[in-house]
Amino acid sequence: MMNKAIDIVDLDHRIVLATQAGLPLDPQPYHRIAEQLGVEASQVQQRMQQMLEDGRMRRIAAVPNHYKLGYVANGMSVWNVPDERIDELGERLGALDYVSHCYRRPRHLPEWPYNLFAMVHGTNRSEVMDKVRRIALILDDADLGHDVLFSTGILKKTGMRFKG
Amino acid sequence: MDDRAEDQPGDHLDEINRRIINGLQVGFPISDRPYRKAAASLGISEQELLERISTMLDNGILTRFGPLYHAENMGGSLSLCAMKIPDAEFDQVADLVNTLPQVAHNYRRDHAMNMWFVLATETPAEKQQTLREIEQQTGYPVYDMPKEKEYFVGLFLNV
Repeated sequence: MMNKAIDIVDLDHRIVLATQAGLPLDPQPYHRIAEQLGVEASQVQQRMQQMLEDGRMRRIAAVPNHYKLGYVANGMSVWNVPDERIDELGERLGALDYVSHCYRRPRHLPEWPYNLFAMVHGTNRSEVMDKVRRIALILDDADLGHDVLFSTGILKKTGMRFKG
Repeated sequence: MDDRAEDQPGDHLDEINRRIINGLQVGFPISDRPYRKAAASLGISEQELLERISTMLDNGILTRFGPLYHAENMGGSLSLCAMKIPDAEFDQVADLVNTLPQVAHNYRRDHAMNMWFVLATETPAEKQQTLREIEQQTGYPVYDMPKEKEYFVGLFLNV
């Protein structure tokens, strides 16, 4: 039993390393991964399904480049909302098709009163600001204050990588 | 020439590429012939789907295609950190911060809190240590804003 558990942890880790750059563009991608790792395709599928179910994997998906799609403006909108309503409001903002990320984060009073972050995308800044105004209308009296931070420069972008 | 205001996102993409982008943002099957299955639901052939994904990766329409892993659920620690740096020292502090391998992204933003970076560490202890290191090296406090809750985001960037 012990050995089996260790093998699974190791296999999962190797699958992550083998796929973090992407899924093979081959009619049988899981077979190609399996060949590379020296295991059966059914094992790879089973472990990936397991990681999907237990939340270690969010999903297998295409990630579009929002700049190339024309969404060249993105604003980090930050909101101060009552703690007791934040979950309900966070779910509503997350469901908007111009919000790509929505998180609850800690305030740092007095400098930083905001506890709800929603990344808003648009084709230009005024469109982003229109969408922020729409969010303010949705939040209504739960909007105790907000701000929008536009990025003015990318200082580093290496992305996250799991180490071997 | 600034023609961005007239363009709608994805205008330059044909109908099939738009369908692929919208369809595959949500998920992709785990099965023996997943591209065939996904292609059928998009109304194209397996071969065409493979070719189009490949082309869109090559020309940068897609930044990646594959599994998206969840760092915290994999045992790691991720945090968004902010700093308030005077303009005169900004570049110098940015260089110091960017040197650390744990810093994945770093953006300048137009706010008193003008430096925003993502710290990705293997353990919570490593995160604390890295935060202290940054504070000591730069002389400025780091405002640590780890996500306390993530709200579900469905299909965004609808094209």
